Amino acid sequence: MSQFRVAGKGRVDTGRPVTFTFDGTSYKGAQGDTVASALLANGVHLMGRSFKYHRPRGAVAAGSEEPNALIGTRRGKGRFEPNTRATVQEIWQGLETTSQNKYPSLKWDIGAVNDAAYMLFSAGFYYKTFMWPKNFWHKVYEPFIRAAAGLGVSPTEEDPDHYASRYLHCDVLIVGAGPSGLAAARAAAVDGLKVVLVDENPEAGGTLLSEPQTQIDGKPAWDWLATEIEALKGLGVRVMTRTTAIGYYHQNMIGMVEKLTDHLPDLPADTPRERMWRVRAGQVVLAQGALEKPLVFHGNDRPGVMLAGSAQTYLNRYGVLVGKKPVVLTAHDSAWYAAFDLADAGARVQAIVDTRDTVRDDLLAAAQERGIKVKLGHTATGTTGRLRVNSLRVNPVKGDAVGAAYTIACDAVLMSGGWTPSLHLFSHTKGSLTWDDDLTTFLPKDTPEDCVIAGASRGLWGIEAALNDGAEKGREVAAALGKAPAELAYAVEADRPGTGTTHKELPTDRSPGKAKAFVDYQNDVTAKDLRLAVREGMRSIEHVKRYTTNGMATDQGKMSNINGLNIAADALGKKQPQVGLTTFRPPYTPTSFGAFAGYHRGEHFEVTRKTQIDGWAEENGAVFEPVGQWRRAWYFPKTGEDMETAVRRECVATRASLGVFDASTLGKIEVKGPDAVEFMNRMYTNPWTKLAPGRCRYGLLCGDDGFIRDDGVIGRLSEDCFHVTTTTGGAARVLNMMEDYLQTEWPELNVWLTSTTEQWSTVALNGPNAAKLLGSLVAGVDLTDEAFPHMSCVECTVAGMPARLFRISFTGEIGFEVNVPAPMGRKLWETLWEAGQQYDICAYGTETMHVLRAEKGYIIVGQDTDGTVTPYDAGMGWAVGKKKPDFVGMRGLARPDLVAPGRKQLVGLLSEDQSKLEEGAQIVFDPNQPLPMTMVGHVTSSYHSDAAGRPIALALVEGGHDKMGETVHIPMPDRTIAAKITSTIFVDPENARLKI
Amino acid sequence: MLLIHCPYCEETLPEAEFTYAGQAHVIRPEDPSGQSDDQWQEFLFIRANPKGPHYERWRHFHGCGRFFNAVRDTVSDKFLTTYKAGAPRPDLSSLTEGLK
Repeated sequence: MSQFRVAGKGRVDTGRPVTFTFDGTSYKGAQGDTVASALLANGVHLMGRSFKYHRPRGAVAAGSEEPNALIGTRRGKGRFEPNTRATVQEIWQGLETTSQNKYPSLKWDIGAVNDAAYMLFSAGFYYKTFMWPKNFWHKVYEPFIRAAAGLGVSPTEEDPDHYASRYLHCDVLIVGAGPSGLAAARAAAVDGLKVVLVDENPEAGGTLLSEPQTQIDGKPAWDWLATEIEALKGLGVRVMTRTTAIGYYHQNMIGMVEKLTDHLPDLPADTPRERMWRVRAGQVVLAQGALEKPLVFHGNDRPGVMLAGSAQTYLNRYGVLVGKKPVVLTAHDSAWYAAFDLADAGARVQAIVDTRDTVRDDLLAAAQERGIKVKLGHTATGTTGRLRVNSLRVNPVKGDAVGAAYTIACDAVLMSGGWTPSLHLFSHTKGSLTWDDDLTTFLPKDTPEDCVIAGASRGLWGIEAALNDGAEKGREVAAALGKAPAELAYAVEADRPGTGTTHKELPTDRSPGKAKAFVDYQNDVTAKDLRLAVREGMRSIEHVKRYTTNGMATDQGKMSNINGLNIAADALGKKQPQVGLTTFRPPYTPTSFGAFAGYHRGEHFEVTRKTQIDGWAEENGAVFEPVGQWRRAWYFPKTGEDMETAVRRECVATRASLGVFDASTLGKIEVKGPDAVEFMNRMYTNPWTKLAPGRCRYGLLCGDDGFIRDDGVIGRLSEDCFHVTTTTGGAARVLNMMEDYLQTEWPELNVWLTSTTEQWSTVALNGPNAAKLLGSLVAGVDLTDEAFPHMSCVECTVAGMPARLFRISFTGEIGFEVNVPAPMGRKLWETLWEAGQQYDICAYGTETMHVLRAEKGYIIVGQDTDGTVTPYDAGMGWAVGKKKPDFVGMRGLARPDLVAPGRKQLVGLLSEDQSKLEEGAQIVFDPNQPLPMTMVGHVTSSYHSDAAGRPIALALVEGGHDKMGETVHIPMPDRTIAAKITSTIFVDPENARLKI
Repeated sequence: MLLIHCPYCEETLPEAEFTYAGQAHVIRPEDPSGQSDDQWQEFLFIRANPKGPHYERWRHFHGCGRFFNAVRDTVSDKFLTTYKAGAPRPDLSSLTEGLK
């Protein structure tokens, strides 16, 4: 048995030894130990170095609130986790753990020079120390801070584990399976109510696990506990352990993370590491208990100085004595019981030092009985010991006078500054708090949620009080759910109720300016830092918090908030409630990214939409690009081709003979009904009344502000049916906008809107030979200029498939878009590919599509427009139906700013040095003006164009339409490029190539 | 996550099924072209930003697809009621009574 293990104590199984390593050294623990309890059993208190000063630190607590003992855990490749609390991580055979924030070793750490240089690192040091000289920030300070800052080391390998996510609906959720939670569950589990009891620990019981001497209803606490858990399960209560309620969200939705494998020596196959539960509960009982506060005095962070309640937990739950010669330093009765338990287990308690002048007689008698010296009315003013405490310096206090100091030799200091009700989840509900002067803490008041709070988390102390309050709260929620639960009452013996007082930092006979009295261990914030923040003008607790970082570490101020508030309030000369409490936010304890991500990782991170032709593109070597959720073929490189070569080949081939393009991703909306044409007239800028069935028109969609929202070619298939196309990314947005106007502004219109994007596969054929190829496959349509002119549409069959055929062009060549029922898309594509071989048919991707359209000055909404461009700005006033009584955007286009001169207008740009301009580059009129220059627009599209024989660009330029032929300048990092403003049409301005 | 009652489906469903659609009861004028610049500016851009009950529109996007109106308290984030598009604006005093 390890040196500090006590025979017959604890719930760990010493008959099942477990070997693990800490910083390369092998240690033995027992089944059921945490890393912290196992190390303490081996006499190891030094577990880490602090964040800022690199001071040696040990475990100060025994639960999830632990700020100091943060370790890295490893289980083979990819399974490394930093910042795990040693007090929570259960050991298993072969577990590897490492300490953090040290170099070269935990015992000899070079960063500890920060401790000697602490004057530099006081509150707000970031804002002060690193301000001068200015140019040092970038090159010296920031890299240094980046290297030194942060807790732990980020994992560098991909996480091989998987994480699950589930919903859970229940009538009553109880958070915390201590006495009040257990009693609440028992009371609420009536009449078929679905009750869930959740606890972050590996086993239920809470405080009962640390108070085995208690008798409940005549049974020893642990026997009662075992029977009660079985009874609850028998009643249908779902008891979930290793599960932390991390956040309380709207309308009783609680997020919970269940840890499934971190405690297991062998990973079971197909089991997630963690599971995120989204629980929707009818009623919630918060029974989270209370957290013990440290006392704030010089040297209160030395390894061996820990919370008295935690020492009691290490003894009773893990069978570990944290020291053989402990001294107890307290402001609360509870620590006296810790002293008694340790003394009874064989420790020689050196003294109980209480800050209070008087304590209960029975406590004094019990101390005397054990021969423990008692020092009342004392303060603590220091500790000694390099890597482990070896003495406590104490002084008697009379009124405001601190008397002469003396030291007490010890190997552990067990402190208690009283208890803070755990109000984290209650605060998440926007629950209001009220200050209690007697308890010197905040207590819960009202919450807008269907939620009650029970036991120690509302300031009640003692197991009997917690049990009975839990039972009452359980009945309360069951009654709220319409049930009539029975009354429950518990009789408890050997209970340990108690009271105490709370403090700001303890009084001292030394210079308080030199005291390192820690308030926030994890962020190394001292009492002096808090007072400095107030002196420097911080008034709100929120400012004090951010300036000092008190309570901002991963422990979220669980131990430091109230101590920090007491000190800040004292420095401000105000009462605590006037200073206020900082807000608790989820998650309650650090939570892995994996738990939040759940299944949404890798390929499942986002939906990838693929067209029916996507498989052909993949088989034929396409390079893809994402467009919204779609993946689209970007270009089709042949062996050895780079992107530029492939795109130039595709462009040339299409203009020379024939190109084929998968346009299936285009948004498609069917607008149908007796009022379809009226609806189209009102939505789109263009007039639609005179568009005959069988004809198409380019449509522009504006918002009521007059700016372009979307565009696309629209075919009128019959009097009452329009086939509307939208941009690929805009389809859902356009349909939403149409539905909005139809449902809420014009409900009298008899029109149906249907998304048909995925009903059709769309193949675009472009090039001088497009009609020749298609003519041989189309039945019932004569593909001539006379019978089927440009901008026509018809329902027909193509290669035997039912089709909607459009003669339209986004390239300036003879063009068709063939729509066939989606599943036939690949067959159509392959038929065209086969038949097109005689014309050297070329498959092209989105990049070639972009080049070909830019050569013709066709805009891409969202690239050449940015939400501030009107149809007139884009040079498309011709698409605006000026004679219509109204359309969406008509009034907007008459707004003063939209008709004012000097608007940015879409023009063509030709660089004078034949270079390809950079998309997004800013444009100026005068390149010699002083900095900062007045920018008058930017390049929106830029490509190399073989058809134009040079690079071309589109740009938005102030007053551009009146500046044809003028020169503008594009300043780049290395030079300034001059460019001439031109028309946006670079190829075939007469549209001669559209004719068959 | 909020629970929202769709007045068309007559079901209370998770927020993830719905999309927000701005302030309610902003009526597009019959004859926009007859509006002055100031009136049109008011219609386009000026919105309430109340601390308390707010009349707003939601759409049951992943359900029936209908737009409807709601009164939501912007402080507590609680829905006081939801009602069909075109229905009159409910009286606030009758809605807030239940909260007191």
